[in-house]
Amino acid sequence: MTRCAALRVCMTLLASACLLLAGCAATPSRIDPLAPWNRAMFSVHEVVDGNVVKPVAQAYVKYTPEPVRSGVANFFGNIEDLFVGINNVLEGNGNRAGDDFGRVLLNTTFGLGGIFDLASMMGIEKHNQDFGITFGKWGIDQGPYLFVPLFGPTTVRDGTGTVVRAFLGPITYIVTDVPVRNVIYGIGYLNQRAQALDTEGVVDTAAIDKYRFIRNAYLRARRFQVYDGKPPPEQDDEGQ
Amino acid sequence: MIRLPAITALVLGLCVAPAFAQESPDALVKRVAEDVLTTIRSDKDIQAGDIAKIRQVMEVKLVPNFDFARMTALAMGRNWRTATPEQQKQLTDDFRTLLVRTYAGALSNYRDNTMDYKPLRMNPADTEVVVRTEVKRSGQAPVQIDYSMEKTPEGWKAYDVVVAGVSLVTTYRDEFNDTVKSSGVDGLMKALTNKNRGPAPPPPVK
Repeated sequence: MTRCAALRVCMTLLASACLLLAGCAATPSRIDPLAPWNRAMFSVHEVVDGNVVKPVAQAYVKYTPEPVRSGVANFFGNIEDLFVGINNVLEGNGNRAGDDFGRVLLNTTFGLGGIFDLASMMGIEKHNQDFGITFGKWGIDQGPYLFVPLFGPTTVRDGTGTVVRAFLGPITYIVTDVPVRNVIYGIGYLNQRAQALDTEGVVDTAAIDKYRFIRNAYLRARRFQVYDGKPPPEQDDEGQ
Repeated sequence: MIRLPAITALVLGLCVAPAFAQESPDALVKRVAEDVLTTIRSDKDIQAGDIAKIRQVMEVKLVPNFDFARMTALAMGRNWRTATPEQQKQLTDDFRTLLVRTYAGALSNYRDNTMDYKPLRMNPADTEVVVRTEVKRSGQAPVQIDYSMEKTPEGWKAYDVVVAGVSLVTTYRDEFNDTVKSSGVDGLMKALTNKNRGPAPPPPVK
């Protein structure tokens, strides 16, 4: 990026952050006590992501052949399956953990280091699971909602889960060469961002207020996961 | 010359309509979903990202199976009663347009997926059921999609879609409530109209 473009990005970023902080749209609420801060972070994210990360992710999707992108997604997905399994153990879901570890074993060996998802082809289903969900099942409250630029929606509990996950590596411990490791991290990030492109298009069309829409959808989806797909009816806030 | 096909269609329609009215809600979901997926997979224009064509397919195949008036009333919650009948009609039309636009964008991404239909347990007297399905995507965990359905004189119709625990109606209730609270029913109608006038979703990059 040229220095001029970088400067312009910074200016727009600053301007929109100021506008938002000055604006009155962000009223703190019970589910979002940090709303003014989060809204400002969201607008920072929109500028940085929209000008830099998203175009790179779009170019990645456009110029990388599908089989290569699938291989990349499967490779990182396979590493994630290991942690899905660990979390299923922590939650006491023995059978599911068995499936998860079976997937990792199969895909790492016959799937050539995870590039091919043979397990899915054989009908061993992939699961969604992470430390945030485990903490939730242990009864830990989600805490305030947070929007983190370049990472997206989270909560104090889920964010803590993400930090725990980051500390466990394993790429950090396996790949000791720093530049190589950074390239792997970069590709992993790009892979995640590219996967979110489709959903993002839907949110753009659907939402009246994108920040609010993402927050509410995120919190409900997480609640659904913590309650294993059977959440109790929500308390109606209408009466306040 | 024009009248003849119209009458034939009408007669055919009369014969066909009662048959569909008998259709169970899970059979209906399966028939419509498979029909739409088959069309999307086989249509060259849709594959090339022709959103207008997808919307046309939706209008014909999906829209008649949804009760948009009830969806809008549910999404509006207590504010529904404060709106005049004209406002209610306008809101329903705008919400319907918004949903069709949104799902046209979403559907174009869905061609590589397969659906799994869960067995439905219901009593013959039931007038409200939830039909459960799962979307399977290669290399990713399946996504649960539930349809809340109601029995109407014209057969079963969907009034809510719950994707991975996120209800469409509930999500929009937050959107509508907050907008009505800050700028009234008029403000909401304006927001919806503006939203629908905005640029259509870009075609998928694949």
